[in-house]
Amino acid sequence: MSQPHHIILPEGSIEKTTTTLNLGPTHPATHGVFQNILELDGERIVSAEQTVGYIHRAFEKIAEHRNLYQITTLTDRLNYCSGPLNNMGWHLTCEKLLQVQTPKRVDYLRIIIMELARISDHLICNSIVGVDSGAFTGFLYVMQYRELIYEIYDEICGSRITTNIGRIGGFERDFNDIAFTKIQKFLDEYPAVLQEFENLFTRNRIFVDRLVGAGPISAERALNYGFTGPNLRAAGVDYDVRVVSPYSSYEEFDFTVPIGSTGDCYDRFLVRNQEMWQSLSIIKQAMNKLADLKGKDATMFHADVPEYYLPEKQDVYTKMEQMIWHFKIIYGEINMPKGEVYHSIEAANGELGYYLISDGGRSPYRLHFRRPCFIYYQAFEELVKGGLLSDAVIVMSSLNLIAGEMDA
Amino acid sequence: MLEHNQHIQQKISEKFGEAVYNFEESYNTLHFEADKDINLKILNFLKSEESLQFNFLTDLCGIHYPDNKGKELAVVYNLHNIAKNIRIRFKVYTDITLPEVYTATSIYATANWLERETFDFYGIIFVGHPNLKRIMNVEEMDYFPLRKEYPLEDQSRTDKDDEMFGRQIMQRPMIN
Repeated sequence: MSQPHHIILPEGSIEKTTTTLNLGPTHPATHGVFQNILELDGERIVSAEQTVGYIHRAFEKIAEHRNLYQITTLTDRLNYCSGPLNNMGWHLTCEKLLQVQTPKRVDYLRIIIMELARISDHLICNSIVGVDSGAFTGFLYVMQYRELIYEIYDEICGSRITTNIGRIGGFERDFNDIAFTKIQKFLDEYPAVLQEFENLFTRNRIFVDRLVGAGPISAERALNYGFTGPNLRAAGVDYDVRVVSPYSSYEEFDFTVPIGSTGDCYDRFLVRNQEMWQSLSIIKQAMNKLADLKGKDATMFHADVPEYYLPEKQDVYTKMEQMIWHFKIIYGEINMPKGEVYHSIEAANGELGYYLISDGGRSPYRLHFRRPCFIYYQAFEELVKGGLLSDAVIVMSSLNLIAGEMDA
Repeated sequence: MLEHNQHIQQKISEKFGEAVYNFEESYNTLHFEADKDINLKILNFLKSEESLQFNFLTDLCGIHYPDNKGKELAVVYNLHNIAKNIRIRFKVYTDITLPEVYTATSIYATANWLERETFDFYGIIFVGHPNLKRIMNVEEMDYFPLRKEYPLEDQSRTDKDDEMFGRQIMQRPMIN
């Protein structure tokens, strides 16, 4: 305030008493490309306006010109912290439309992958909450263990982030022994790490003081805003798609749905941590169930869907029928059944839904992604209004906003 | 038809009579269509009626049916009764020359951005929306990209024609 300003305001106009702050689109605290225009009175937030769409890639339009198997690669670019979950959700949607029944072994293998993806997503989200509240150690520490999960993906499908894992009807190939060894290694090593991560944060005075009461939401408002997943459960609603409408044999598994009460950042943090423990338990159960399978069931890794599941390469070169299917599938010359399906799964952020309309053509007539984080990001203003600027940053990271998912 | 779906159909038909039609059940989900003028009344009824309680708007999106004259654009509401785990879906249609539908923002806060997205992609104007502007695309854009007349790729390519995807070739007007 050294220089007096010399702007001459028109008569009758009121001088602005608040400060406008652009948080993003490329701010380190946003962890993704989206913008927040905050109106600040000192350090208090008066209003916030969110802008999304910086990495909009028109997936819904592209999907109208792609065959089913080609859309899988679009889905893992939604929530890129847990790509396999999106892939599985898409396969399950297609299987619902095509009325494919998958073998039990495929269901269990899928559950292992989905729960690993959930852990890797929650792991990033919670450690980022730590980073934004000033504790960098946790983030670096657990990053090493996300690497173990990525190595498992790598072994199964050959890629790490945008996985394109699985196919309609199952997996492109069976899990090899190295993959199972790596899963077992993760199951053995991770609990101690998660325990230490929790010890570091859960009762940490500074951390608790920063998070408790930041960005709370009531159960009623959360439902009205379409919250799902950990953020809804933190507000006290025990809604989990895995429980209410089980898919992929989730009904056979024993797990609890952790809930919070106030819906603030701290509750969201705790819910995610608890869910990681539950996911670990689910993976262990799935491994046991896999070991119990006998005979032919113990080797199956895909359902019999000749129209959509690629035949073995060896057969393509030597057998007529297989070669025909190979070309028909690759060129996408198969007409889908007519119909409209909505299928949803419990993704890391909440209910990830695919609304697929088929008019009997070879590509969807219309495909809409219900992206959980696009829907709940609307509530951001309500969450941070009246709070401090530093709260806004923590709210953003504890909501787990993923730009790829928001913008589709 | 499943019992709970029958009950819902009966309740809605009793209340709205001829204005709701084409009840259908596919993949265990009840689906129906309605006049666009009463979309808010239906949503209110579905939310507040004691035995229905569809308190959660799962999804809202637009669809374009260019051949459906006078009813080219549709808005789909995917609703969910979380307590009983029942999902339903309904569509309202609107004319493309006057694509106006009442906004559901006051009933479900979820609808706010989903309606903005629908406006952005299809140009459906949600009457009464608090902040109806484009959300994904730039505000200067002067067309609605998810309408079927806008091709995705280079128009000189023929390998991506509708014919190749099992559909009749549709004459597309060029983008102005």
